Amino acid sequence: MSDPRSESEAETKARRGRNLAIAFGLFAFVVIVFVVTIIHLRGNVAIPQP
Amino acid sequence: MAMATAHTSAQTPARWQDFVQLLKPRVMSLVVFTALTGLVCADRPLNPVLAAVAILCIAVGAGASGALNMWYDADIDAKMRRTRGRPVPAGRVQGADALALGVVLSLFSVMLMGMALNWFAAALLAFTIFFYAVVYTIWLKRWTAQNIVIGGLAGALPPVIGWAAATGTAPLNAWLLCAIIFFWTPPHFWALSLYTSEDYAEAGIPMMPVVAGAASTRRQILFYSLLLVPLCLAPAFTGLGGPIYLGVAGAGGLVFLLLALRLYRSHAGETPDARRDGLYDVRAGARDARNLFAFSILYLALIFASLLAEHLLGAAPLALFAR
Repeated sequence: MSDPRSESEAETKARRGRNLAIAFGLFAFVVIVFVVTIIHLRGNVAIPQP
Repeated sequence: MAMATAHTSAQTPARWQDFVQLLKPRVMSLVVFTALTGLVCADRPLNPVLAAVAILCIAVGAGASGALNMWYDADIDAKMRRTRGRPVPAGRVQGADALALGVVLSLFSVMLMGMALNWFAAALLAFTIFFYAVVYTIWLKRWTAQNIVIGGLAGALPPVIGWAAATGTAPLNAWLLCAIIFFWTPPHFWALSLYTSEDYAEAGIPMMPVVAGAASTRRQILFYSLLLVPLCLAPAFTGLGGPIYLGVAGAGGLVFLLLALRLYRSHAGETPDARRDGLYDVRAGARDARNLFAFSILYLALIFASLLAEHLLGAAPLALFAR
């Protein structure tokens, strides 16, 4: 891993882009898991209990 | 182990687009298309969000396989014109990063598929990733001229995964879609390798034209085409395809056979390959190989699109022999 203090502008820009992509990917994963959980919960709640 | 060691340090900073390129987006788009066809053809009501998640998992799983393939094959990718610009051999991404991306995305895609849809589809997805990354990439590709025949199973499984995601089962019709892609793969890739065989020879990959020669490859292309075309008609007789499908598969199949026959009679792949400027610049003798290669993509796209259209529009299948 390169030392951030000695990075060129291009390296800093590329690193920021990578970090944003990881952040977006993780956020999307959390949202998908949340939505899938709600869908499954709703399906289970809709089933009448004996 | 065949890892790239010459490019362990990145020459230019890796951008996020380089990591997207590791996922082989063009291959991914074909996988998404065939998986969607399998999912829709299952004719089972499925929450649209869950259907989208299933397709996303299959796409990400395919991308993960691509990243693992690019990690392992960096050394031979660097020797071929078609692949030397890929992120790892070009030095933009380190091999270890490609490996990490492939492993992480594999785990995420399989876990999410199991959690959101069902564990049968997740197991099929895991098997597909394993088959492409380990059985094909690490074992078959450098070992046998049958590499793309056997390895083609990995590319053929997405419709089965899509079907399994929707229903939790994999009936005969799902495997029929798998068989179509499986038997489509040899004529498709061997037609391409007939006019890029020097690249494969340079990289030491035992592709069929390199090992068995051009004439044998052209004969085997015709053989697989003769198997493929009747197989493509089969869905019309098993309750999967309707009249549109039968028309497209029949007419397209005739063109496919005609092009395969012309290729068989040609001398494609026999003259030495002089250095050319563009990758897909083709000598006159290899034009028949390029025609079949191009049409094979169109043919597969058309038959899957017609199946997709029929099931989305609710057209009645022919079911000539289906119960």
